[in-house]
Amino acid sequence: MPAYDQLILPYSSADADIEEGKLIEDLIARSRSPIPDPDAWLSGGPRAGIVLTTVDQALGWARSRSLWPMLFGLACCAFEMMAAAGNRWDISRFGMEIFRPSPRQADMMIVAGTLTWKMAPAVRRLYDQMAEPKWVLAMGACAISGGTFSESYAVVPGVNRVIPVDVYVPGCPPRPEGLYYGLMELHQKIQKADSLKGKLHLPRLD
Amino acid sequence: MGLKALAGAEVAGKLATALPGAVTESGAASITVDSKALASVMRVLKESPEFEFNYLNSVTAADYIEYFEVVYHLTSMKKKQTLTVKVKVSGRENPRVPSVTHLWQGADYQEREVYDLMGIHFDGHPNLKRIALWEGFKGHPLRRDFL
Repeated sequence: MPAYDQLILPYSSADADIEEGKLIEDLIARSRSPIPDPDAWLSGGPRAGIVLTTVDQALGWARSRSLWPMLFGLACCAFEMMAAAGNRWDISRFGMEIFRPSPRQADMMIVAGTLTWKMAPAVRRLYDQMAEPKWVLAMGACAISGGTFSESYAVVPGVNRVIPVDVYVPGCPPRPEGLYYGLMELHQKIQKADSLKGKLHLPRLD
Repeated sequence: MGLKALAGAEVAGKLATALPGAVTESGAASITVDSKALASVMRVLKESPEFEFNYLNSVTAADYIEYFEVVYHLTSMKKKQTLTVKVKVSGRENPRVPSVTHLWQGADYQEREVYDLMGIHFDGHPNLKRIALWEGFKGHPLRRDFL
């Protein structure tokens, strides 16, 4: 057996580590306050005067019934999300059984679990890579506010510091029923939303 | 088939002839070793036929304000024995202990973790850098005086 220091080990370079550290510190500095929730749809009220189906209604119906979630389990909430996807609770009833491993094919991101600052740039980058229109559901106490780790040096105190959140589902972890309630709320939100307005542009993260 | 925890006094007695003065204290199932003698004690514990501690369960550390204590849990798969080895390190600025990665490769990530969270330097470690936190993080969060 070769000596330990002769083995080729998969170490990353020091430069890459320093670059990553700078990115994280930069993101922390820019995330002092939460990003406002996208709520432009709330002021609208029901559309009046048109009996025929508008394009927006058709689009909203289509979008809300074919949400493809992004595969994104960070902590123990992910198991409840998996249970929701499994046959007992059966997420395919909502037309969203296809969890996409690529952000470019996903419409919504279920942030299921504790988000650490080291993971935060990855979450933000994946969110940026998702195509519009896109929605975010924060699942569980940690994703909402950092939960029991909210004062930690390593945990993001609520994912809305990093990405805008549409629906918050409380619980530690929430049961699949809770997740479904959040998803149905999101369906209503999508149907009410104006398809052309209310986009939030975040500064680029490089 | 259970593991037997070796008594500290027994191990200290066996080590006293080969390495006099290396063991400073002995507990019920642990020995406390002088930090200068750690490398040689660990080599004996791993290689001598009396002990043959061929498995390192864990490397961890505790902060007692006056000093740090680095703790090694050893197991001998052959002899079905376990032992805890402790080292006291003083000084909050630059505490240093020798690395044991050349004896047990499994110490690599665990020593990095201790370095990351406690700020204890391991001399001779091949890749001593932060493992859980990012480069540029200020301080070592498991220290009692952090924050």
